[in-house]
Order: sequence, then structure tokens, then C-alpha cells
Amino acid sequence: MAVTDMPSGDEKPKVKLLNDPKFRSMIFQALLVVLLAWLVWSMIDNAATNLQKAGIASGFGFLSTASGFGLNFSPFLEYTSSSSFMQVYWVGLQNTLVLAVIGIFFATIIGFIMGIARLSNNWVISKIAYWYVEVMRNIPLLLQIFIWYKGVLATLPTSKNSIDLGALGFLNTKGLFAPQFIFGEGSGVMGWALLIAIAVTFVINGWAKKRQMATGERFPVFWTGLGLIIGLPILMYFIMGQPVTTEYPTSGNFGPRGGMRVIPEFIALILALSLYTAAFIAEIVRAGILAVNRGQTEASYALGLRPGQTLRLNIIPQAMRVIIPPLTSQYLNLAKNSSLAVAIAYPDLTAVFAGTALNQTGQAVEIIGMTMLTYLAISLVTSLFMNWYNAKNSLVER
Amino acid sequence: MKKTIVSALGVAAMSVTAFGASAATLDDVKAKGFVQCGVSQGLPGFSNPDSAGNWTGIDVDLCKGVAAAVFGDATKVKFTPLSAKERFTALQSGEIDVLSRNTTWTATRDTTLGLNFAGVNYYDGQGFMVRNDLGVKSALELSGASVCTNTGTTTELNVADYFRANKLEYEIVAFEKADEVVAAYDAGRCDVYTTDQSGLYAQRLKLTNPADHTVLPEIISKEPLGPVVRQGDDQWFNLVKWTHFAMVNAEELGITSANAEEMKNSDNPAIKRVLGTEGEFGAALGVGNDWAFNIISQVGNYAETFNRNVGPDTPLAIARGTNDLWSKGGLQYAPPIR
Repeated sequence: MAVTDMPSGDEKPKVKLLNDPKFRSMIFQALLVVLLAWLVWSMIDNAATNLQKAGIASGFGFLSTASGFGLNFSPFLEYTSSSSFMQVYWVGLQNTLVLAVIGIFFATIIGFIMGIARLSNNWVISKIAYWYVEVMRNIPLLLQIFIWYKGVLATLPTSKNSIDLGALGFLNTKGLFAPQFIFGEGSGVMGWALLIAIAVTFVINGWAKKRQMATGERFPVFWTGLGLIIGLPILMYFIMGQPVTTEYPTSGNFGPRGGMRVIPEFIALILALSLYTAAFIAEIVRAGILAVNRGQTEASYALGLRPGQTLRLNIIPQAMRVIIPPLTSQYLNLAKNSSLAVAIAYPDLTAVFAGTALNQTGQAVEIIGMTMLTYLAISLVTSLFMNWYNAKNSLVER
Repeated sequence: MKKTIVSALGVAAMSVTAFGASAATLDDVKAKGFVQCGVSQGLPGFSNPDSAGNWTGIDVDLCKGVAAAVFGDATKVKFTPLSAKERFTALQSGEIDVLSRNTTWTATRDTTLGLNFAGVNYYDGQGFMVRNDLGVKSALELSGASVCTNTGTTTELNVADYFRANKLEYEIVAFEKADEVVAAYDAGRCDVYTTDQSGLYAQRLKLTNPADHTVLPEIISKEPLGPVVRQGDDQWFNLVKWTHFAMVNAEELGITSANAEEMKNSDNPAIKRVLGTEGEFGAALGVGNDWAFNIISQVGNYAETFNRNVGPDTPLAIARGTNDLWSKGGLQYAPPIR
């Protein structure tokens, strides 16, 4: 008997290539990719051809031309009506980010306070938090923006009869006119002093932890750090000959002028966005805390920790693992909801770039495309950061 | 089977991305039985719904004129209220057939948007309105003021130019809807309200105390307002253009909605040509020969629509001024129908 006639074990069964499931699936996937590529290409080609046929200008050349219109809010970037449309984009993006970052900051603080308050043993506090959450999250956000803008801020006195807030400046229908710090020559040293103080505080914190682990002795890190962070820049302030001055708003023909101006559109949006999102964050925080086993609290008490310490050292760190993923999506919601700014004339990305710039140039495809990609990028970056933070805080199993 | 799926997908892709309307707007309009006209969201005198919900105004009358020319019935028109921001996209995409929305004719809009301006039915200029108690007498005293306006308008550009040229500081607050601008100005968010001067007179009527506000004398720009159509459809372009010209010609020749019928018996050949008793001008436009007669008898001549909507006897009380006939010192001039 010829051994060679026997089929060896690792040889593939003889089937037609076309009937090979692996090969077939690859063929179909390749076909799908080709089809998708063709679809996308034909969409772009179709749009370009039709735009040209309709006599509508296209391309990105408009970005370098002067915008010709003014904007009333740009906290960091330079802008005049002779700036380019590209600058309009940057100012819009800046205004969106400023709104999102400050909104997230306040929403987080209010959300955590309300979430913890809902679990309070004090009946009044827990009921207040309960009603806050129920009312805030059940009224549409756009309506809340209108309530703050038209119902509250628009009813302030006109600029001729501003409310005098003393050292805080003036408040009227045109917004808040607060004193502004003017950083003169030599004030850079104060900035460095602040950075150094923060760095030193971190080092002390690490050293104190180590020492506590080794010897059980505690070191007042908080007070030392606070003293350093506040004290060092103040010391430098006097050494450098008081380089920082304040500019108070003065009264002009049309109400207060100068100082730091906060437009009412911005105030209304911050109030609405942070109070609305805080209601959702409060629920997330409550859920996170409830997810931590009751035994953890009892164990903490048994070790002699006070309720505040229990919350801070034991419950919150464990709850964070449950809190962070849904918290991320709330942050993303807030960033995207900031585009509602268009309703009350706050110059965010949607209003000035996808709105005014689009209308003045008529290049809808390019501008809407850029705006969508920008929001996508903002959301992805936020999401990446939160995922990284989540991974860092997740349970390390040994 | 698989082939049909692929081709179906292809067709879907083509139709999804098909852009713009077909070229022959007149045929489309005749087929659907009405003219779709883009107007403002409420600007008294130009396009504004009255208490019964019927649209009135000088811009509205132009659309009614087009409907009268096409169908012999001025009521066969539907209106789409549009914000300044939405208006061009609505026309480009074919959502409306004609845009008659106090729109300024500029080089950029005429050349880069794929649109054509079919004449000027109102010559305007941009002005400023302020509260009396500010004591401002001239626009040059406005340094440091907050200025409210509409976003996506030529107004927004003119005001930037004006304040820059005169080295004045200002803060612009730009809203999307005209009503929001009025509300913000009324609440004191702004010291100044700027738009076309006709618009200032119109919007002043909506303020809490119209008498407390003054329109400043300066006019800082040229704002020729007129109807707009899509580029590349000359037949429709001609029809809208000549609808306006017919109304101006009628005023010049003394034809009104009241006397149009008896004027048909006139011996004046110019009047005969307008009213269609002589010549074949309607056929050349692709409509009935009595097109201009229908416009005049159902909507009126230019003077009638001006006086009815914005003239001295209306709350706006605007004088003819630059909008008078060329023969009376104004700018309204129409090529002859011959």
C-alpha cells in the first residue's frame, strides 16, 4: 500500500476556492469597502459638479479673505472686522471652548454637591436636592437659556441706572462690568512663583504620604500648600514693586466702560448649561455612591473615621469608577449643547462660523463640514481624556 | 438579485446627492399650480402677515404680480418666511421659486451664490435708531455704543466699515431673527438699532414706546433691495424682472388697477403693448398675452403698491424720495415694453 496516497492530516480539504467560506467573506468585505469608497467619492464628485453647474463658488480660498463684520466677545484672541474668515473660525472655537470648560467646571461642582446632598440624612437638604434635580432636568435646555436671558438678565436696569456692586463693579442689561487686573512689567515673576509653589506642594505631598506610611506621623499638607501658593506670589508682588494694578470701570456716554466686561449672553449660557447638566451629574453621583457597598461605610466608621473622611477617603474614590463613564457623556452633552448659544447671539462656533460666515460667503458645504469635524474632534478629545482618567482610576487587580 | 441591490444603492446615492432644482422653473411652477415665494419673518410694509394671517407688503405684492402673470390669478402664491441667514440656501436648493425678502443686491451675492437679482423694487440705505434720552444727534457721537443688528446681512458689514472708517469703538450684538433684535434693543441690551432705514421705521412700530426713539439722519450705505432668482434659468429670470418693470411702466403710463380695463380701449400704442392688445410680449415670456394686464388689475402699478404698503398714509409714512419715478426725480426706471 502506498503511504503517499493517504491524505495527510494538515492538508486542506479540496474544495473550490469560491466555496471556501474564508475566501468568500474576504471577497464580500473587499466588495463592501470598494462600494463604500465609490459611494463617498460619487457624493463628493456629485456635490462639486452640481455646485459648479449652479454657479456657486466652492473651495477654501475664502478662509484668507477679510470677514468684514465685527464680533463682541473674544477673551483671548485678537479680532477686528479686517481679520480673515480663518480668524472668525478660531474666535468661534475659542468662545465655544471657553463656554464648555467653564460650564463643565461649574456643572461638576454643583452636580457633586447636589448628588451628595440627595443622600444626606437631613430631610430638608435631601428634599431640596431632590426637587432641584427633578425641576432642572425636566425643563428643556433652550427654554432655560431663554428664561435666564430674557426673563432674568434682560430685566436688569439699563446701563444708565446700573446696579453698583461696589468692589465687584456694575451690573446692568449690558452685562457685568468688573474691575480688571492689569499685569505690568515684572508680574511674570509672580506667575513663576505660583508655578513653583504648586510644584513644591506636589513634592511635599509625596514626601508626607511616604512619611505617613512609614511612621504614621501626619503632616499638614493642605495648609502648607495653601500658604505657599498664596504666599509666594504675594511676596513676589511686593518684592517686584507692586506691578499689578486694577482698572475699574468708569462711566461713559453709554453706561460703564473699561474694566472686564462679561456679556449677558455668556452669563445666561453658563447659568443654564451648568445648572441643567448639574442635575444629571447629581443623579450620576448619587448612583455611584449607592453602588459602593454599605459595608464600606460601616468598616470606615469601625476604623474610627469621621463621616467626612469616610466620604472623601473611602466612598468617593470607589464611586468614581461607576461615575466616570456616564460623567463623560454629560461633559460631551454640555460641549455640544453649547451650540444653543446661537439662540441668544453669543458668538460661538455655530453662530459666527456656521452662521454669519456661511451667510456672508455662501460656502455651505465647506463651512458645515469644518464645523462638524470640529465638534467631532472636541468630543473625541474629551472622551479620550476621560477614558484615560477612567483607566487610571479603575480597580487594579492583583 | 445582487445586481439589482447594487444598482438600487447607486441610484439612491445619485438621488441623495442630486443638488438644486431643475432649470425650467416656469414649467415647474405651472405644473404645481402656484409660485413659492420666500419672504421675511415679518417686516411691516415689506412682507408681514396681517391680523387675518394674509401676507401684505411691497415684497409680497411682487410675488403676487408674478403669480398674476403666470396664472392670471394673483392669489396662486404661497409664502415661506425665512431668516436673513436661511434665505439664499432656500433659493439655491429649490425650496422657493423666487426670493422677495428686502435683499440687498451686492457683487458677492450676484456672482458667487449662483443667484441673479431681477431688478430693484426699493432703493434703501442703512440708518441708525437710538433712544431719545441718550441725547445723540449724529451717528458720529456713537463711540462706545452697543449696536444690535441681524446676522448674515449687509448691515453687519456696513456698520463694521462705518465705525472703523470713523475710528469709533462699538460692540456688535447680532441676532438671527429680526424680532429678537427688536426685543433686545427694547430691553436696553443695545443703545443703537441699525438696519435699512425703511426697516427702522417699520420696526419702531413694534417698540413699547415708539415715540421715545429717533432715527438718526445719517444714511451710511446703498441698499438696493430686489427679488432674486436662481442663476441659469433665463426664462424665469426674465419673467420676474419684467413683472417689476410692468408695474413701473404702468405707473408711468397712468394705468392703475382701477382703470386697466377701460385703458384697453386706449389709442396709445405704448399702453396697448403693456395691456397686451397689441404685440406678443406675453408669448415671448412664456405666459399669456394679458400678463401685464393681470398684474396691474389684480395687484396694481408700482405707485399703488408703494402707497398701500409703505407710503405717507401708512404707519410707516415713508416719502417716495429715491423710489419715485425717474421722470419725477427718483430712481425707478423701467425699460420700455416694445
